[in-house]
Amino acid sequence: MKVLVCIKRVPDTGGGFKLTSDSMRVDTTNVGFAISPHEECAVEEAIRIIEKHGGSSTVLTLGPQAAQEQLREAIAKGINNAILLEAEDYEFWDPAATASAIAETVKSMGFDLLLFGNESADTCNYQVGVRVAYLLDLPCVTGIKALEIQNNKAIAKRETKDGWEVYEVPLPAVFTIREGINTPRHPSLRGIMSAKKVPIEQKKVTRPAPQLVRKALKKPQEGRQLEILGQGVEAVPKIIEKLREMGAI
Amino acid sequence: MILAILETTKGALTETSLETVTAARDLAHKSNYSVTALLMGKGVSALAPTLKGIQTVLVAEDSRLEGYLPDALAGIAAHAIRQKSPKIVLAPGTETGNDLMARVAARLNLGLATNCVEFFVEGGSLKRVTRSNWGGSLLEEVEILSSPALLTLAPHALAAQSADGAAPVVESFSVTLSEKDLRVWMKELIPTEKKGISLTDAKVVIGGGRGMGSAEAFKMLEELASLLHNAAVGATRVATNNNWRPHSDQIGQTGVQIAPDLYIACGISGAIQHMVGCKNSKKILAINKDPEAPIFQRADYGVIGDLHQIVPALIAELKKLKGG
Ligand SMILES: Cc1cc2nc3c(=O)[nH]c(=O)nc-3n(C[C@H](O)[C@H](O)[C@H](O)COP(=O)(O)OP(=O)(O)OC[C@H]3O[C@@H](n4cnc5c(N)ncnc54)[C@H](O)[C@@H]3O)c2cc1C
Ligand SMILES: Cc1cc2nc3c(=O)[nH]c(=O)nc-3n(C[C@H](O)[C@H](O)[C@H](O)COP(=O)(O)OP(=O)(O)OC[C@H]3O[C@@H](n4cnc5c(N)ncnc54)[C@H](O)[C@@H]3O)c2cc1C
Repeated sequence: MKVLVCIKRVPDTGGGFKLTSDSMRVDTTNVGFAISPHEECAVEEAIRIIEKHGGSSTVLTLGPQAAQEQLREAIAKGINNAILLEAEDYEFWDPAATASAIAETVKSMGFDLLLFGNESADTCNYQVGVRVAYLLDLPCVTGIKALEIQNNKAIAKRETKDGWEVYEVPLPAVFTIREGINTPRHPSLRGIMSAKKVPIEQKKVTRPAPQLVRKALKKPQEGRQLEILGQGVEAVPKIIEKLREMGAI
Repeated sequence: MILAILETTKGALTETSLETVTAARDLAHKSNYSVTALLMGKGVSALAPTLKGIQTVLVAEDSRLEGYLPDALAGIAAHAIRQKSPKIVLAPGTETGNDLMARVAARLNLGLATNCVEFFVEGGSLKRVTRSNWGGSLLEEVEILSSPALLTLAPHALAAQSADGAAPVVESFSVTLSEKDLRVWMKELIPTEKKGISLTDAKVVIGGGRGMGSAEAFKMLEELASLLHNAAVGATRVATNNNWRPHSDQIGQTGVQIAPDLYIACGISGAIQHMVGCKNSKKILAINKDPEAPIFQRADYGVIGDLHQIVPALIAELKKLKGG
């Protein structure tokens, strides 16, 4: 079994966004970076599949040199190999461009299973995995929250309002994963130490002509007026008053 | 021409499809394009005459099109685009709509702007769109260089409106599906058991975060919910990642999006990825011991203090009221 997981380095913003002065990007001067949550679960799923069925797992990202941090995080958790498609101009890659570079790189590597996030955390384009599947002519199911490998096929489930949809797909296949499929592990100290020594395969990639061009980022309006109801248990009568106003009791 | 690709469920158009038709009519009004809708599936033709205020409905009826067959639907849609040469193609930005349009975009090698909330038409043509980023906590203005412009509409970006006028011309549209178009198909649907009030249906949602401290502590939120009308308990990613609550309880960008009358946030800092899941709540009440917590900038009512004292006191008071 050979499993590929594609991840993206995204800013780990907490309480709020600051935009750069040209409004073109999120100001990341004082924030850390992380693997997108759906992809963190895809990494975990890949590790579990290899633990169960044997074989090897590879993590891939298209991004700057600094994205080695996220690749090593995945290795520290148990992924075997890593590929960095180096593009310092990664901010100007659109989903079709990203997908074509990924497909070009992996097409002759013989992966049985290619895992993506359902959508990336920042730009949320919902399409890189699907585009890679088409470029490689592989079946693809999106939004997966359960995955099981049986011989040469995969049973994948997606959760909808009406229930669990079950898909049965022959391998090789592409799946886009949603958070909730598993609870990702934390890397062990030993994992972190040995991940530093794993070589990362690097390849410079050049960007094809774009189809989408970002013009600006902006913040949506938030319009709430805070009323402090009180400090500690003293606030309880006021809370009850509000609950009553809203018909909650 | 604008092509609106619509979704149906159990023989009816979905709310997001009606929103898509509304947005397509709006765009048509600004650009002088006509609107054609595409309906695909088993038994969808009955819905065509209900689509007032647009010019044409293409109906692709096929008895094999039951359940979600993404490649087949994408094959039909791509075929309709090639044959009818629309300038704009719009579909609902639901999980299935985004999946479908990604496949259409991949087949036709076109750009796709997902989850649009705003459209800029100048001189009769679409110049730019605003789309939602970070699950809705940031907006991005994008220019689409490829044509036709493939777009999906963010759910509930606008309200669906009905229109008057003559019924549209209905045209049946048949497509030969290949073996490959049918390779991804839903084998089975396992219905989920409904237990209690779901987070999306509840009128009051009580959310717990890191400040809860343990799975055990969530019992008091359950108790509080039982004392309120139509209430359910949710959580932050910290709580689900610690296995205090199942992931299905997670509110936020990568969890569920809720829109109750009241959201009570207990021990939650107010991270944007959490707040984007509850920003449609009519009112937000935050209980947090840190007066500087960002949630107080995004709430209507604030209580500063230890939730482990406040929540039990609130429960005791509500019980007293019920008893008396
Ligand atoms: C002006 C501008 C600014 C930009 N700023 C940024 C930025 O700040 N940060 C940034 O990362 N990109 C940025 N981009 C690039 C672009 O938004 C995306 O990297 C690319 O288009 C893929 O879109 P997505 O990640 O939203 O795709 P989605 O289709 O939402 O991603 C689905 C899945 O594809 C995989 N995937 C996505 N991107 C990669 C990748 N690079 N490597 C490996 N797997 C991947 C992941 O598994 C992901 O879950 C910018 C683009 C422009 C035009
Ligand atoms: C791409 C991405 C997607 C994400 N998606 C989601 C998502 O879908 N949902 C989600 O929730 N998060 C999501 N997150 C995580 C998010 O950024 C935050 O890390 C998370 O929401 C924080 O949870 P919290 O408020 O419980 O914890 P913290 O941020 O640690 O806040 C705990 C708060 O509790 C208060 N507190 C502590 N003890 C008490 C007490 N005794 N009484 C009263 N108050 C107390 C503290 O003052 C603090 O404000 C995502 C993150 C990323 C990067």
